[in-house]
Amino acid sequence: MARALINVPAKSKRGEIIEIKTLMSHPMETGFRPGMDGQLIPRDIIEKFVCTYNGEVVFSAQLHPAITANPFISFTTIATESGTLVFSWTDNKGETQVQTASIQVE
Amino acid sequence: MNRLACLVVVIGMALPAFAQDARKSGFDYMGPDTQAMQKDDLANPGMLSVLEGETLWNTPTGKAQKSCAACHGDATQSMKGVAARYPAMDDKTQSAIDLAGRIIQCRVERQEAPAPQREGRELLSLSAFVGRQSRDMPISPPQDAKLAATRAQGAALYSARMGQLNFSCAQCHDDNAGGHLGAAPIPQAHPNGYPLYRLEWQSLGSLQRRFRNCMSGMRAEPFAAGSTEAIALEAFLMERAAGMKLETPAVRP
Ligand code: HEC
Ligand code: HEC
Repeated sequence: MARALINVPAKSKRGEIIEIKTLMSHPMETGFRPGMDGQLIPRDIIEKFVCTYNGEVVFSAQLHPAITANPFISFTTIATESGTLVFSWTDNKGETQVQTASIQVE
Repeated sequence: MNRLACLVVVIGMALPAFAQDARKSGFDYMGPDTQAMQKDDLANPGMLSVLEGETLWNTPTGKAQKSCAACHGDATQSMKGVAARYPAMDDKTQSAIDLAGRIIQCRVERQEAPAPQREGRELLSLSAFVGRQSRDMPISPPQDAKLAATRAQGAALYSARMGQLNFSCAQCHDDNAGGHLGAAPIPQAHPNGYPLYRLEWQSLGSLQRRFRNCMSGMRAEPFAAGSTEAIALEAFLMERAAGMKLETPAVRP
């Protein structure tokens, strides 16, 4: 049920540097905070973010407990060819959320 | 004599316009990074809640198995401007009701579903989605004489000293707006962005949650969400901000 907002330029020129922005809804619960009952709230964080461009990894990141809820990750890559960008976020329970975006390169 | 009368008329007309210019949204006190985050729908985390609200809007639920859309249709039409004119009078109970209260009412009475929790994810997302339909529209409190008592109660609460620190809202938000409390700039306490994403909360929250923050800072007992007092304060602040543009879902530090 998690939601993501992804911004990839719909069209770009070959060789152009493009900025990609992603915003993922996630509590990023650190595992260090006590809840109302004094017990620690179990850790629930995204640990890995990967973006592939036509199958090739162009960006990846490891996330840690100090990172904000709803992490916003932006990065750049070079528009090489038309195709698909696949984004995946994997949490500490091993669950992965995948989202795709297409890109047109002229 | 005539000239004097003329001058009085001119000043009389100029004053309200001048007072209006002195009002500033909380947005204006934020740094450029936070402003940019609010302005970009693909970077504003409040938009995640709006999307969730949209899904809820279209999902049949409750014993009636009706979605909000089944009765209200396209929200971009039916909910346009609605958030700008709440709190309003509830004809049935003859008391003031806030937008969240109205949504709870539809959930319970018309969808026959359990009442959503105040500050719960469901109600906040629905409120953000409904509020989003009025973005950039001027706050237009209802011209309803029956709301006068509620607004007067809100005005009295706003200037009443409360809590162990014996502060009033007005001391910070009127007398010291533009100054600082620690590192935080003190805004004018306008209600024009709610529900909004507060970076400190790491989540979306309502105006009444914001009251609770300030009141616990004053070491006063916070008004319960949806209470008569909280709705009165909200009605007063909406009247005080009449004409200012709604920013829902805003971002605040
Ligand atoms: C001691 C000073 C102080 C008092 C007293 C105080 N506030 Fe605040 N208030 C603040 C500060 C500082 C902020 C901004 C917090 C931040 O950005 O971190 C704020 C923020 C707000 C906001 C958010 C405005 C926006 O742009 O979203 C509202 C609304 C508000 N206060 C209402 C109230 C009300 C109602 C009361 C009385 C019950 C009150 N405050 C009492 C200092 C105060
Ligand atoms: C069975 C039909 C029905 C359903 C389902 C329903 N509503 Fe309503 N709603 C109404 C009616 C009728 C009114 C009152 C209209 C009036 O007073 O003008 C109303 C009023 C409202 C108002 C106030 C509008 C205004 O102009 O002041 C809001 C906001 C609202 N509904 C939101 C919702 C939301 C959100 C949902 C889903 C969670 C929902 N409604 C589900 C029938 C429905």
